[in-house]
Amino acid sequence: MQEPDLSVEIAGFKMKNPLMLASGILGISIASLRKVFEAGAGAVITKSIGYKARVGYDNPTLVEVHGGYLNAIGLSNPGVKEFYDELSNSKIDDLPLVVSLFGAKPSEFKEMVSILDELNIRAYELNLSCPHVKGFGIEVGQDPKAIREVVKSTKEETKKPLFVKLSPNVSDIVKIAKVAENSGADALTIMNTVRAMSIDIETFRPILANKIGGLSGPVIKPIAVRCVYEVSRSVRIPIIGCGGITSWQDAIEFFLAGARAVQIGTAIAYEGLNVFEKIKKGIRDYLIMKEKESVRDIVGLSHGF
Amino acid sequence: MVSNRPRITRVLDVIEESSTVRSLLFKDKLCSKAKPGQFIMVWIPGVDEIPMSISIMRDDQAGLTVRKVGEASTALFNMKVGSMIGIRGPYGNSFNPIIGKVMIVGAGTGLAPLMPLLEILTNKSASIDMIVGGKTMEEFIFMDKIKEILSKTESKIVVTTEDGSYGIKGLVTDAILPILKKKRFDMIYTCGPELMMKKVFEMAQEFNLPVQASLERVMKCGIGICGSCCIGKYNVCKDGPVFDSSKLKEVKDEFGLFRRDHSGKRVIF
Ligand SMILES: Cc1cc2nc3c(=O)[nH]c(=O)nc-3n(C[C@H](O)[C@H](O)[C@H](O)COP(=O)(O)OP(=O)(O)OC[C@H]3O[C@@H](n4cnc5c(N)ncnc54)[C@H](O)[C@@H]3O)c2cc1C
Ligand SMILES: Cc1cc2nc3c(=O)[nH]c(=O)nc-3n(C[C@H](O)[C@H](O)[C@H](O)COP(=O)(O)O)c2cc1C
Ligand code: FES
Repeated sequence: MQEPDLSVEIAGFKMKNPLMLASGILGISIASLRKVFEAGAGAVITKSIGYKARVGYDNPTLVEVHGGYLNAIGLSNPGVKEFYDELSNSKIDDLPLVVSLFGAKPSEFKEMVSILDELNIRAYELNLSCPHVKGFGIEVGQDPKAIREVVKSTKEETKKPLFVKLSPNVSDIVKIAKVAENSGADALTIMNTVRAMSIDIETFRPILANKIGGLSGPVIKPIAVRCVYEVSRSVRIPIIGCGGITSWQDAIEFFLAGARAVQIGTAIAYEGLNVFEKIKKGIRDYLIMKEKESVRDIVGLSHGF
Repeated sequence: MVSNRPRITRVLDVIEESSTVRSLLFKDKLCSKAKPGQFIMVWIPGVDEIPMSISIMRDDQAGLTVRKVGEASTALFNMKVGSMIGIRGPYGNSFNPIIGKVMIVGAGTGLAPLMPLLEILTNKSASIDMIVGGKTMEEFIFMDKIKEILSKTESKIVVTTEDGSYGIKGLVTDAILPILKKKRFDMIYTCGPELMMKKVFEMAQEFNLPVQASLERVMKCGIGICGSCCIGKYNVCKDGPVFDSSKLKEVKDEFGLFRRDHSGKRVIF
């Protein structure tokens, strides 16, 4: 049997393998993103960048729970101008770099893209799904009208692929996904974190300074698999799966549910950066065992049942 | 097992180190067995969670030493016996104690992570040259304890103040040069303001001596996933806080030049 093909393509963006670094994990500096790329990721996504600098919430911004982590970092970022400055002074031509953006209104997305677009960025991911920052994430991501305006106006400003990252914290994710597709999204990232909370029983206090945060890690995987499965039955654009992927078996499950690529975040806290090589090898061995030539050949196979 | 979650413990004792610095002692098994140079994330309920070096380890207790600079450190400074704090960690790598002739260069609360190291080194090293710096005499902490520990081994202490109120007038780095010219060391350990450590590192390079320096960056997660503490391709919380000469060389474009604030924006030293 010949070596299986791990490469994938999403709206013209070619990746050597289907594993991407999820937004917000190690994505602050180009040097860290490069390190993750060198550790085996097929693409790396920056921390979500906004129009203006934000310091985010006070600590505690992260706390471990059974099966995952809860975070409320609060979209801290240096602002698009400082970020542009840093990117334009870095060597990024060989880096499969995706920039994640968040904003409060369509004009902010448009403005950010117009500043960044001349750089060798391969795609944008619009974070319309942060569960814990008022006015910036999920408020946009659960309002069909807002999604339509953001996606359309961003699309006018760039020819690069637009991924739209969706939240599970909505009553009907399929409906939202269709709105994004019809507004011009080139791919959907499913999903962001799940709104959640943790309380310390000694002090009676919520642990996160923001009280409510987003849950990530293995505990949310079945929710993400369900979302990918449901959405992939009703849209034509590619889906990038995300949520709790820690092993190669997890990644395979997402491909079978209908994802063309997957993102990895919290697993790095458990496994370190080796997680990329481990999952890659597991996918390769699985494809050989199942006599499949490429990752593409297993995308959506669970739909046949 | 869930380990990256604050363990609530009560302050057992508060030690006045100077008018702006206090040590807090608390019970925590994991921290009492930490390695020298490791740090903890300390939750001050209702205020913030901040990184602090472990400065004291004994029996099943550990301690931290805090200087009041802003809201969170002042709240910690004001804690009383019986107050509740949350601890997670110990995190990060540690100083590597060596057998041989060592120099230790510290200033301010930079002495905190150096204290557990000093205790280990007294049983290990051939000799210890301890250089302590500060702006004025009031700033000095741990001096009696340092003298007591060092009395057990072949050692020398040099103290410098910028205003000359204690020891030699000048910067720590001025005091080091004549010593480096006279004596050959096997390792230099340092913790303090980054510009001081940078200078120590540069001098050590000139004399071809290895260095271990403990760095500070903004910390949020403490476990190497959020990236807020990055310097070059490293995360200070996980790959540090102690950087040896080869790692310091790798981050030379940032070390002593800029750090990042809570937004990720670069701030020049
Ligand atoms: C590994 C490590 C060990 C440390 N050990 C000690 C110690 O033993 N004793 C001691 O007094 N101080 C120590 N510090 C510094 C201490 O964490 C800061 O002084 C404290 O966080 C200031 O908080 P604040 O709210 O009082 O001040 P602020 O007014 O908020 O800030 C004052 C300064 O502290 C820095 N700071 C604020 N929050 C953080 C954060 N979350 N992470 C890192 N830096 C921050 C700011 O960048 C600023 O330069 C250590 C820092 C690190 C990274
Ligand atoms: C510390 C942390 C910070 C995050 N920051 C962002 C962010 O800035 N933008 C974003 O779109 N998603 C962010 N996320 C969500 C992740 O990208 C991902 O969607 C989620 O964690 C689920 O995947 P995982 O279980 O593999 O981590 C963050 C997650 C974590 C744990
Ligand atoms: S504090 Fe989050 S990576 Fe170091």
